[in-house]
Amino acid sequence: MTRKQRRLTMIGGSLAVLAVAAALVLNAMRDSIVFFSTPVMVAEKHIPAGRRFRLGGLVEKGSLVHGADLAVTFKVGDGGATLPVSFKGILPDLFREGQGVVAEGALDASGVFRADTVLAKHDETYMPKDVADALKKQGHWKDDYGGKSQAAQADQNAQGASRAAQGVPQ
Amino acid sequence: MIAEAGHYALVLALALALIQSTVPILGARLHDPALMNVARSTALAQLLFVGGSFAALVTLHVTSDFSVVNVFENSHSLKPLIYKITGVWGNHEGSMLLWVSILALFGGLVAAFGNNLPLSLRAHVLAVQAWIASAFYLFILITSNPFLRIANPPIEGRDLNPVLQDIGLAVHPPMLYLGYVGFSISFSFAVAALLEGRIDAAWARWVRPWTLLAWIFLTLGIAMGSYWAYYELGWGGWWFWDPVENASLMPWLAGTALLHSAVVMEKRNALKVWTILLSILTFSLSLLGTFLVRSGVLTSVHAFATDPERGVFILLILCIFIGGSLSLYAWRASALKQGGLFAPISREGALVLNNLFLTTACATVFIGTLYPLALEVITGDKISVGAPFFNLTFAPLFVPLMIAVPFGPLLAWKRGDLLGAAQRLVAAGVVALIAIALLWAWTLGGSTLAPLAIGLAVFVIAGALSDLVERTGLFRLPLGTALRRARGLPRSSWGTVFAHAGVGVALIGIVCETTWNTEYIGSMKPHDVAHVAGYALTLDGVRQRQGPNFREMIAQFTASLDGERLSVMTPSKRSFTTRGSTTTEAALLTRGASQLYISLGDTAADGEIAVRIYHKPMVLLIWFGPVLMAFGGMLSLSDRRLRVGAPKPARASRQLQPAE
Repeated sequence: MTRKQRRLTMIGGSLAVLAVAAALVLNAMRDSIVFFSTPVMVAEKHIPAGRRFRLGGLVEKGSLVHGADLAVTFKVGDGGATLPVSFKGILPDLFREGQGVVAEGALDASGVFRADTVLAKHDETYMPKDVADALKKQGHWKDDYGGKSQAAQADQNAQGASRAAQGVPQ
Repeated sequence: MIAEAGHYALVLALALALIQSTVPILGARLHDPALMNVARSTALAQLLFVGGSFAALVTLHVTSDFSVVNVFENSHSLKPLIYKITGVWGNHEGSMLLWVSILALFGGLVAAFGNNLPLSLRAHVLAVQAWIASAFYLFILITSNPFLRIANPPIEGRDLNPVLQDIGLAVHPPMLYLGYVGFSISFSFAVAALLEGRIDAAWARWVRPWTLLAWIFLTLGIAMGSYWAYYELGWGGWWFWDPVENASLMPWLAGTALLHSAVVMEKRNALKVWTILLSILTFSLSLLGTFLVRSGVLTSVHAFATDPERGVFILLILCIFIGGSLSLYAWRASALKQGGLFAPISREGALVLNNLFLTTACATVFIGTLYPLALEVITGDKISVGAPFFNLTFAPLFVPLMIAVPFGPLLAWKRGDLLGAAQRLVAAGVVALIAIALLWAWTLGGSTLAPLAIGLAVFVIAGALSDLVERTGLFRLPLGTALRRARGLPRSSWGTVFAHAGVGVALIGIVCETTWNTEYIGSMKPHDVAHVAGYALTLDGVRQRQGPNFREMIAQFTASLDGERLSVMTPSKRSFTTRGSTTTEAALLTRGASQLYISLGDTAADGEIAVRIYHKPMVLLIWFGPVLMAFGGMLSLSDRRLRVGAPKPARASRQLQPAE
């Protein structure tokens, strides 16, 4: 083979791998990306039952009910609307009423959000980023959250310190 | 006084770095050895001053001097000594100081051990190191000074984030930084080569040990971080595809590619331009990782926009260094002479394939990590890209790479014989097929993918071993000869075997853990028994204990298998009064490479505790694999050929080509 042919083989091979990778990425983008919503956005957008998304907001005070066998229900609100959430499993250490939460799951036919994952960052002063942004947008932002979230940010260690602690479904 | 001394030492280090950035370059232009040698002394002096500055901060933390903001915010007088020390880098300012200390350490090492480098190359390399150092000294002094005082010192500190009060913090960040920052050396060498417009095989020989050293630390750092997350966060996950983790995985992937392309360059004088590019990219990804973690952009795009000082500063450093080095590359790379020719089927070809897949995999991680950020900045839509994305992109790209791994070392340089290599891998292939068949029969009706993936891992391990068998002539030659040959084998060949086998070992662990992991979640009261994977776990009782700076609730479990009592496990929940937060301390019981894992949830009003119990088969292999890889790297590093300052070896044993 001449130098040119060899180079063409290499370039062709590289392009083939890159094309495959691009196809994989586009395919994964279509299937595995989860959008984030707040209760207000859920009400406005009419998200169909069964479509997975992330719900973020504040856990309404006094709404947490422990059922039998680790089942829990609580309401998530963002100042404009609230949405009932049901979850079965262990809630993360930092799950508290009145604090921010992000849950992943889908709506069922009756309009209850069935979460299979509940996320809370492990720092008690931490407001999940998506929740903070959404609250700011809607004008429900309290300044003390800002101070807190910056403190939390300073706590972030070199690596890995700020991983989400997760409630794992049963 | 100590704080001021530390601050002053840091300013002096900046001054030294500024001298080191300019004078040696000037010396190289004027061909003045005296000016070029300035680099050596300034690099060593810089190390001394930064070291002093770091020691000052450690002293402040150890003596709990709460008049310093950094100590007040991250320490507590009751904290155990080890966490007082590790707490130094458990916060933004301190960890940046650790970052520059390690940078100075590497610069100092090059200065101290680089006596066999051509004078002008050493001058250039150290000057580039000093550019990076100056930028980060400025960053610390302007935006993140750890030595600031408080006007009215409080009597007690706010304590360190409880999750960080763990031995993991002592090891993980320093290791990771040694890896991240270690790649600055190959970056500096690459930029120096571009500045000088000259690069040869000797260059690769100097770069390789540094790359290897950084890679070993990064491998161990990532593995350590993963294990830390596994036992500390309390839900048994070991990799989350979290942006912070991806930030460390990307330099690792690029660094692994660099390691392999440097081999081609050293041996065959080919792939020069590509190796230079990879050196630049690897360190750029390290800088990107620093930016992602340190700027707060991951916590919130808004935090970044409202408090832009730090973020914008690092972004600026990022743009200058990445943009500058890539522009230099575009401008000067064509001046570098083309290297040796090789056929697509050859050792070089295999290493190119390795590079292709590693960099492509790295690119998919890059997209998955940065796409949500970019989308949010551009359209305001918020999405999360999680594990499913990476499983669908990263995993398929790794499969062909894994299949190719055993072939590489068996192919000859320049022109290889694929059929011959395949024949020599027949034994490995058969072993893999037997493994697949056995597993498939054993788990009949279960996952079909898992036995195949384990078969692939077995193929990689067996392939690495058959390379060893091939080289030593084991089974073909008398045992004595084989042993003699094994002793004579270059250490780098042994390194290859261990590192490649490590990849297979880790894959087995990953597949077993994700496929056959069993879990039990429920609420238990004393004397309840939970059954998980054949083990019976009895909750004996719950007690309270007072720790140095926390209270903890300890639950005691007795684990037994088939009625035989094995051990007592004591998971706990700690509440830290100063910060008003709780952490979950999981209890682990190791059985071979598998583990039982218990972590506690909330206690209900009636005294029942929510409990999470996992049985994780072969989970330890996930971390044993990287340890093997790092061990392989160390063997390779100790190879006579690569030892710093070692003379060129005689060209006697050509037929025993090390495989790397």
